[in-house]
Amino acid sequence: MAPLLRMLVAQTRSEMRIRWRTPAFSLTNLVLPVLLFTFFGLPFARQTLPNGTSMGAYLLASFAAYAVGSVMVYGFGIGVAIERGMKIDLLMRATPLPPAVAILAKVLNALAFSLLSIVVLIVYGMVVGGVRQDLTVWMNIVARLLAGSLPFIALGFAIGYGSGPNAAPAFANLIYLPLSFASGLFMPLHQLPGFVQRIAPYLPSYHYGQLAWSAVGAPSEPLLSSLAWLAGYTALFLAVTALVYRREQSLKFA
Amino acid sequence: MGDAVSPPPSVPAHPPAGPVVELIAASKRYGPVHALRGVTLTIQPGEIVAMLGPNGAGKTTSISLMLGLRQPTGGIVRLFGLPPSDRRARSRAGVMLQESGTTGVLTVCELIELFRTYYPSPLPTDQAIAMAGLADKADARVATLSGGQRQRLYFALAICGNPDVLFLDEPTAGMDVEARRAFVASTRALADAGKTIVFTTHYLKDAEELARRIVVVDQGLVIADAAPRELMSQVAAKRVSFAVPRRLPAEALAGLAIAALDASDHRVRFLTNEPEMVLRTLFHRGVEMHDLEVVGADLEEAFLSLTRRPEHA
Repeated sequence: MAPLLRMLVAQTRSEMRIRWRTPAFSLTNLVLPVLLFTFFGLPFARQTLPNGTSMGAYLLASFAAYAVGSVMVYGFGIGVAIERGMKIDLLMRATPLPPAVAILAKVLNALAFSLLSIVVLIVYGMVVGGVRQDLTVWMNIVARLLAGSLPFIALGFAIGYGSGPNAAPAFANLIYLPLSFASGLFMPLHQLPGFVQRIAPYLPSYHYGQLAWSAVGAPSEPLLSSLAWLAGYTALFLAVTALVYRREQSLKFA
Repeated sequence: MGDAVSPPPSVPAHPPAGPVVELIAASKRYGPVHALRGVTLTIQPGEIVAMLGPNGAGKTTSISLMLGLRQPTGGIVRLFGLPPSDRRARSRAGVMLQESGTTGVLTVCELIELFRTYYPSPLPTDQAIAMAGLADKADARVATLSGGQRQRLYFALAICGNPDVLFLDEPTAGMDVEARRAFVASTRALADAGKTIVFTTHYLKDAEELARRIVVVDQGLVIADAAPRELMSQVAAKRVSFAVPRRLPAEALAGLAIAALDASDHRVRFLTNEPEMVLRTLFHRGVEMHDLEVVGADLEEAFLSLTRRPEHA
């Protein structure tokens, strides 16, 4: 049998090529966060929060969180739905490639794209927005956001296996955009309507944002609390994924 | 698909142990639909087997079971003596599926190189590309390929792992004459190298030309399993039709070696293996006819004669 590591490397490289050459994906995930930061972040970049934290750094952290979730939900999720629609999974299933390796390659690819997306955003914020933080702060944001992205991978996977290629983009937008907005990723929470502020603490992206906000020194909940919420949502989304994945497999391969 | 390049001979690495494929009373139900009703079939190394049958006969289901893409509802399926989904078994099988797709944004070369990594001792990429006749398209993105070229690509993906057995589901569907000719040549080269080949088709011609064994499947059952020549002698190969001024009396056609008789109106149609003999008898019996036609039967008709055999006993 062929070595699994060699398969994983080749599979990951192919995934990267595919994503990179799909503008709907690469543009959405590299350019859109920059655009959003330009509209919603740049105008306030020189201000500071009441505790002295730079507003620019705070908003950059917010949009970095948005960007990573977006790669997971849009890239990973819609990608899986489209591949199912094209019956790519059928041929792959007949090869010796273990499904776990194929999935891991997707996860690695999503992480790599997330990293790229954050770096692009941060460099843009530094150069154009004049946002200044220690390198360690930026590295901390990157590490936390990548490590904490698991619930969004699971959400993407649930959307990818739970909906068809046409419905998946709509689903992803319908779920992820309101989620990001209501969690204060587009504008600080205290500027949002009262009912949204009351809902936010129950949303995964709110706790995900906390990981990034605390890294730049903004007021935030304890790290353990964020992690507990994210772990809970990961379990929830994985359960949904397991359900839709099993349904799909029993339809196609039983 | 050029015939110039031959694949390396199959096997010695693996001891020429048991059969490649075993179906033992394998059945498959999709809800109320019986796709396979207990098929027993053994395929030995080096065999070239055509699974022949009309649409919906159970050919694709058979292949799906052999590949572990579907699980049998009853019976046993083995590939190289293992459950077909076992990675050790799959590592020795190449597959071309009827309805599968592939990503459009990779190039032919990139996609083949990816698939090569799935197998323990793959063919060199350029050899797989040459055997599939895609040398001039190696750097083209998959999305730009024509239907026929895409079929060639799937063929390349099936052979690039240098598998011991090839499963090809309707490989010639959508191929033009030239592509088909090249495909036949490549498949022969693989067969000469000792590969086992299992393919489905609903073209009798494909089966005759390529296979050394034809398994005829109809309504989920194997209704014939023989070498092509042997099978052809069982199949009523000619369709005879002619017009008559009056409805024929039943005794005019009595005792003739014909099948699938339709004499309901002023036109008489039937299948036979011995058109000369049958017509001579009819003339002897004084049957008046005009507008006589004798043509090769198509597969559908040939099957009629197999499945409704009692009629011409």
